[in-house]
Amino acid sequence: MQPGVRAAIPAAAFLLIGFAGPLLMVLGYSFMPPRTFSLAQAPTFANFISIVTDSYYLSFVWSVFLSLIAVALLLVISYPVAYGMAKMFGPWANVVTMIIVVPLLVSENIRLFGWVLVLLKNGIADGSMQLLFGVQLPSLLYTVPAIVLGLVYVYLPFMLFPLVIGLSMVPDTLKEAASDLGASRLQIFREIEVPLAMPGIMIGCMLTFILSLGSLAESKILGGQTVIMIADDIESAFTFAQNWPKGAMLSVILIVFSGSLVFFLFRRIDLDRIIGRR
Amino acid sequence: MSNGVDEPVLQLRNITKRFGNFTAVDDVSLDIGNGEFFTLVGPSGSGKTTMIRMLVGMDRPTGGDIVLRGQRINDVPAAKRPTCMVFQSLALFPHKTVGENIEFPMKIAGVDPARRRARAEELLVQLRLPTDYYSKGVNQCSGGERQRVALARALAFDPDILFFDEPLSALDFRLRKTLEKELKDIHRATKKTFVYITHSLEEAMVMSDRIGIMDFGKMVQVGTPYEIYNEPNGKFVAQFMGEVNTVEVARIGDKRVQSVTDGAEFAVSREPDNFERGYLIIRPEIVKIGRAAEDLPNKVQGTVYNDYSLGSRIQYQVRADSDGYQWLVERLQDEPYEGKLDDTVRIGWRPEDSILVSD
Repeated sequence: MQPGVRAAIPAAAFLLIGFAGPLLMVLGYSFMPPRTFSLAQAPTFANFISIVTDSYYLSFVWSVFLSLIAVALLLVISYPVAYGMAKMFGPWANVVTMIIVVPLLVSENIRLFGWVLVLLKNGIADGSMQLLFGVQLPSLLYTVPAIVLGLVYVYLPFMLFPLVIGLSMVPDTLKEAASDLGASRLQIFREIEVPLAMPGIMIGCMLTFILSLGSLAESKILGGQTVIMIADDIESAFTFAQNWPKGAMLSVILIVFSGSLVFFLFRRIDLDRIIGRR
Repeated sequence: MSNGVDEPVLQLRNITKRFGNFTAVDDVSLDIGNGEFFTLVGPSGSGKTTMIRMLVGMDRPTGGDIVLRGQRINDVPAAKRPTCMVFQSLALFPHKTVGENIEFPMKIAGVDPARRRARAEELLVQLRLPTDYYSKGVNQCSGGERQRVALARALAFDPDILFFDEPLSALDFRLRKTLEKELKDIHRATKKTFVYITHSLEEAMVMSDRIGIMDFGKMVQVGTPYEIYNEPNGKFVAQFMGEVNTVEVARIGDKRVQSVTDGAEFAVSREPDNFERGYLIIRPEIVKIGRAAEDLPNKVQGTVYNDYSLGSRIQYQVRADSDGYQWLVERLQDEPYEGKLDDTVRIGWRPEDSILVSD
């Protein structure tokens, strides 16, 4: 046995037991009859059929829809900030980084409860509006926009930092050269900056999309029961409903969906070729 | 300063650029003629890069005017100027093919794809690149090929003036020599105005119609390569050209000067106006050594200290007995000095071969 292979055994065993094992168990349970707790039964497609009959697909559609909106908003919000951090703020970029990173030390749920206080009827937002302008706001909490706000707020760093890296990789001389050759700012943005920052843009979008797809706390805490997202369904199936096979089936679909998305996107879009490494 | 150009395309009038207290370019005036190959030369920090950035439109002068074909263009940004630059880094777009790079300025200008492609292929041929490079990635090209692509892209822009910011400096010696000559060929073929900057006067000599030498932000001398070589207006220009013998002298009479260090007297054939103190410049190749020096009016006695082969020539280092100055003397390889190392010899030169400069 080669020394490299031998040295890899502990890590491989750990991954097999700790990572691949549970996934395989989830896969196995998804083919077990509903409401059972054993893997030693005849496999069935009953769970997969129930996604249509029990309208679980709705929570799946909601998850994809809200995640797409969150990614789009994150891209629009983060791009200018990332541009500033990559090209303009200089030493102040570190301060901005700190401002964004420090809240991550507080648990996500607690930060979301902070937003509950803001959005609550007679909460900070509503109360301030009443005091300053005498306007009563409609209920902000437990709405779809509140969920999107939560997603954008929680996943901002995952979009921002890949974008900063992506934009730092665009040499200023290329933009100067394009400008010298007559290109307008919009043309430079389209022809030079975006294509060259594409690896960062892709990674940011991919990360935030997949994280949003699996998000749970935002829809529960800020959305109440307005919208059920897929992760919510999975949690219920494993806990209240005590229906492991159904939860496993939903997990498998989510994993296959997001996994194949990453796979095909990174397959079709050759990042090295985009930025001219190859 | 002689700026007499019949048909100026670009005029610099008292251009100054300050960064805080630092003056990068100091009151430079210059006319560049239509179709001329003009080279700005200077050591690093001389202000030549700042100068070209202002001329291209990437920086604004803090004083003076830049006039292109009679129009003041100080405040016109690079994107709106009919000029363009070949960058030191070349600034090729790595995510685009050779063809897309060359077509870029035409695409921006809204030229239709068929004409763009035709012109790009024309340029590939003109720059001696195979036409199948059209669809090659720029990072698959060699250094010399990338130079040509960058030049093709600039030519595709069809600029009034083409600027060059030391694009050849990163290349090896032989390739640089080849490309210098190719660039001059392209200048002849396109009849465009080229403004080139480099730190190498040698490179400037090969290509240029005229050369402007900069030092500490000032334009020290402007002239043809012949004028720069034969009539440097100061010690800086003379020494910038290459290895020269420099003797600090003071005037002691009509066409007679005396060395400040050892009191030796030399005859000169011409003096600058109102000359009092300055430098006598004697190029190594005009200094005679040994028997050939005996009859000359200007002589120095010294010891042959070392010899160096320069290929076609041999250089001797002669240490003067009086003040220890190390004189450089060059002979052709096939007519070497007849004596040996450590011999005491006389070296000398004709008054008309030396150059007397103030400053």
